[in-house]
Amino acid sequence: MTRKLAAEKVSAWYGPKKAIEDISLDFEEHATTAIIGPSGCGKSTLIRCLNRLHETVPKARVEGKVLLDDKDVYADDPVAVRRRVGMVFQKANPFPTMSVYDNVAAALRLNGVRDRGKLDKIVKRSLEQAALWDEVKDYLGKPGVSLSGGQQQRLCIARALAAEPEVLLMDEPCSALDPIATAKIEDLIFDLKKDYTVVIVTHNMQQAARVADTTAFMYLGHLIEVGGTRELFERPRETLTESYITGRFG
Amino acid sequence: MIRFGRDVRRRLKDRVMAVLALACVALALIPLGSIVYTVVVRGASVVNPEFFTQIQPIPCSPGANLTCTQGGIGNAIVGTFLLLGLSSAIAIPLGLLAGIYLAEYGKGPLVFAVRFFADVMTGLPSIVMGLFIFATFQLAFPGFVFSAIAGALALAVIIIPFVARTSEEALRLVPGSIREAALALGVPKYRVTVRVVLSSAREGIVTGALLAMARVGGETAPLLLTAGGNSFYSVRLDQPIAAMSLVIYNFATTPYANWNALAWGAALLLVVIMLGLSIAARFLLRHRFHEQRIRG
Repeated sequence: MTRKLAAEKVSAWYGPKKAIEDISLDFEEHATTAIIGPSGCGKSTLIRCLNRLHETVPKARVEGKVLLDDKDVYADDPVAVRRRVGMVFQKANPFPTMSVYDNVAAALRLNGVRDRGKLDKIVKRSLEQAALWDEVKDYLGKPGVSLSGGQQQRLCIARALAAEPEVLLMDEPCSALDPIATAKIEDLIFDLKKDYTVVIVTHNMQQAARVADTTAFMYLGHLIEVGGTRELFERPRETLTESYITGRFG
Repeated sequence: MIRFGRDVRRRLKDRVMAVLALACVALALIPLGSIVYTVVVRGASVVNPEFFTQIQPIPCSPGANLTCTQGGIGNAIVGTFLLLGLSSAIAIPLGLLAGIYLAEYGKGPLVFAVRFFADVMTGLPSIVMGLFIFATFQLAFPGFVFSAIAGALALAVIIIPFVARTSEEALRLVPGSIREAALALGVPKYRVTVRVVLSSAREGIVTGALLAMARVGGETAPLLLTAGGNSFYSVRLDQPIAAMSLVIYNFATTPYANWNALAWGAALLLVVIMLGLSIAARFLLRHRFHEQRIRG
């Protein structure tokens, strides 16, 4: 396994408030890494540092390095980084004025692709990858926001995949979904890691156990422990990790 | 029993407040109804082809042994549309750019200052705007004060802050998650703004622009000092130009029956146009989605 992405001593602030401190974490290629931890522990902040989205928040600041193929993304153009590192958000956020088709095609269109044949091909492929094609193939002209919540989230996954990223960041992608939609997305994550490097933030420990190869546990802005998912859940090294995964958290 | 009594009291209060609210609505609607009614009753009689095509008639009142011609306000209709079109063409792009700056790019004290002055400007009496353009032209091009371009500029100065603030508000209503979604796709910020945020806010922006046009379409005071009015057809930018609001102002205060009638007609037409703009603002901009399909 090779290292695709790595955080090196990453700290991040919102104004004067430090959200994460000195986090170093490797993400393997073609594997899924889950980041778990209680609310407010900095999981989302960490992955938003990975595609340089954190710095778009007013007064937010990042220190440290994020290496993508061993090159620091903070030495590069943020736009170029975000093309290689896609993201799916906690709440489905399809573009409200765009149809299903246009939502998926957005990444390409907004970056200047006009060839209709190419767009059609990528839209279809992305929707198939996101396990949504069969449900929407006859409604591609309908507004993206008219789909159900679970479908909208898969639409957002398709939109991210259409940009052909190398890494896919998922920030609690199932937190607003019912168990059936969640199961669909988990199956999807399982398939996606064949082609992508997946990083998923989740509240749900069962979910991490189901989809992740590696799991990292964060608490109060610190990385407490990282290891193989099975190992972390069955034989945690840190007492903090153990009390969190056994639900004895104070 | 206590609970029952309290329920009855609450239901009674609810009814009283509902009736009170309804009464206030009715009260507020009375002036509007009265205006529309009077304008229609007194203005409708002159609205015919002559009204739209002719210019002002020789002033006359019935009673003398001559037949009055009705005449029309064709020149004023052309003038109003020209002034509106020209001022919108100047003001809407500028206002929109200012709104984009305020909502998407601006930081720190400059934003505060721009927003503050925009608010102050929207509150200024429109005659002050007219006076500003009048004085500017008087100083810069003496002898060239009353002109269509001066009128359009006066209206534009009124529109700019209005459009800036309404488009800022419309842009602010676009959720941050939409911007993040687009940024996360590796789209440069300016393109996110133009292609995603602006299009998500387009209803609010167009509504604001149409309302701004409706607002200045009936302006009279600034035009008195700038457009000047014209009894004849003219579309020259460097010449004085007629406008419906000026027709109403000038004709309503004369003793001549046929001019008074034209003023009522102009008032009716102006109300209809402004109402049309407001209704257009509401209905023109439904999201349009069309059939899309991929074969295979």
